[in-house]
Amino acid sequence: MRDSNSDAERRGGGPAALVVEKLSVRVGPIEAVHDLSFVLEAGQRTGLIGESGSGKTLTALAIMGLLPDGLSATGRVLYKGRDLLAMSERDLCAIRGDRLAMIFQEPMTALNPVMQIGAQVAEPLRLHRQLRGSAARSAALQALERVKLPDPAAQMHAYPHQLSGGQRQRAMIAMATACSPAVLLADEPTTALDVTVQAQILDLLVGLVEERGSSLLLITHDLPVVANVCQRVLVLYGGHIVETGSVDEVFSDPRHPYTRALLDAIPPLDDNEPSRKLPAIPGTVPGLGEFPPGCPFRNRCPRADAACMAMPPLDERVACWHPLA
Amino acid sequence: MNEEVLFRAEHLTRRFRLPRTRLFEPRRVLTAVDDVSFDLTRDQTLGLVGESGSGKTTLMKLLLGLERPDEGRVTYTGQSQRREVQVVFQDPSSALDPRMRVAEIILEPLRVLRIEGDHQERLRELLEATGLPLTSARRYPHEFSGGQRQRIAIARALAPRPRVLIGDEPVSALDVSVRAQILNLLEDLRVGFHLTLVLVSHDLSVVRHMTDRVLIMRHGKIVEEGPTRDVFRAPQHPYTRLLLDSIPRLRTQASRK
Repeated sequence: MRDSNSDAERRGGGPAALVVEKLSVRVGPIEAVHDLSFVLEAGQRTGLIGESGSGKTLTALAIMGLLPDGLSATGRVLYKGRDLLAMSERDLCAIRGDRLAMIFQEPMTALNPVMQIGAQVAEPLRLHRQLRGSAARSAALQALERVKLPDPAAQMHAYPHQLSGGQRQRAMIAMATACSPAVLLADEPTTALDVTVQAQILDLLVGLVEERGSSLLLITHDLPVVANVCQRVLVLYGGHIVETGSVDEVFSDPRHPYTRALLDAIPPLDDNEPSRKLPAIPGTVPGLGEFPPGCPFRNRCPRADAACMAMPPLDERVACWHPLA
Repeated sequence: MNEEVLFRAEHLTRRFRLPRTRLFEPRRVLTAVDDVSFDLTRDQTLGLVGESGSGKTTLMKLLLGLERPDEGRVTYTGQSQRREVQVVFQDPSSALDPRMRVAEIILEPLRVLRIEGDHQERLRELLEATGLPLTSARRYPHEFSGGQRQRIAIARALAPRPRVLIGDEPVSALDVSVRAQILNLLEDLRVGFHLTLVLVSHDLSVVRHMTDRVLIMRHGKIVEEGPTRDVFRAPQHPYTRLLLDSIPRLRTQASRK
């Protein structure tokens, strides 16, 4: 097993905020997430890129200990040397929402519809900071001010349905960041939002994690969002990390054919005379349990051959038998 | 260049009365489309861009004849707006009846519009044109992936031989690796069937890629209109500039702190 801190130093990053080792998630008999190992460094923003069925949300839920019944995770998720997967629910509750927090895609379903915004934002402060009464209220108000919710004093008493989508997402970010978590997971936090609101929310997220030195894991299918927000990236396909590295390396010089194809499939914005045809990836993303054995991308990959019947190991950068030069 | 006008929208206005929020106050009125005028010419590809609440969906419904304007009018110069203007919606899973076989789904417009002819032959043509295997005909929508379902929805829209195809966020619900296939398919069909394409989208990179002309909408009004290339290169309205500045771009990390 690699020593995560020396590993981090070698890459010139900060200390490890969260170490994930050989994390696998099973959905019944099917292994949906396979042996993921990665390190989230303090103060670093990491993008987890994946399409439907890639296992990106399952990975986040497994880290948070929030997998639904019937799903099980193996491996280790180490926070300050303690394995979250082996922890009792009681111990986990002391960390979750405090040191480790998550922002969900659809704030309308993640927020409690019959609870005022102020009370929801105050909840983690009551639980983890033992704040009560006016102290809890004023701390919640500060949290809402930090996320630049307009008219925060009045919105404390609003219910989620009275806010716009962007405002709801701000409220959820206020809730998730109220206790200054060391690790913040954000699962498609802006996918449901308009592009101008998305830009504001992403700026806000980056500002908050920078200010507190938190580590951000941004889970999304949107490559340009990762390019704008993150420093490191993990590319997930069929539950495997197929490529990892700095955003600059991976986006300007992808080594895995899947990453290359994803980048090519995005319509260019700045071309003067764009061609109306895009290089498309053949086939479709297989459903859960329908990925081919071996390399999960091999049935859509132009470079695949007999060697790809076996899953290639992930070296420093890429898991591919025939990586691009 | 053929400058035949297919649609002429003149001072289109559509208002909705909002539900009552206070018992003794008058109901408020939302003007979803506010005095909108434009022409859609044949063989043009038009992008309709706006954020939620901009009125782009209401405007699309006015073009489809699914909404009636309160003021102004929209004139379709072809023969039958109902037959010749078809639409593909964002989410193919909710746009296809789960209890119907693919053949019935694709041929339903022909049945409803009482279009005569060899329907089985037409079905084969449509499956082929949209890249679906012929064996799809007997299967049900749930047996297909999102991208294939969108192909089924496109085949259905093409069945009555439309002249105008409206795509309402046609790739937004699809996986990134599948989007390019559907965009390429739409482009092939546009050229192959001489379609005039209207693309309603919030995704500016898709609009930039697919359209010749673009309308930027905000609060029910058109704030900017012009050739797509010019609007993207030199936006005139501050809102257009804000929209363009908000798009996350690839490989800009180096320019950020």
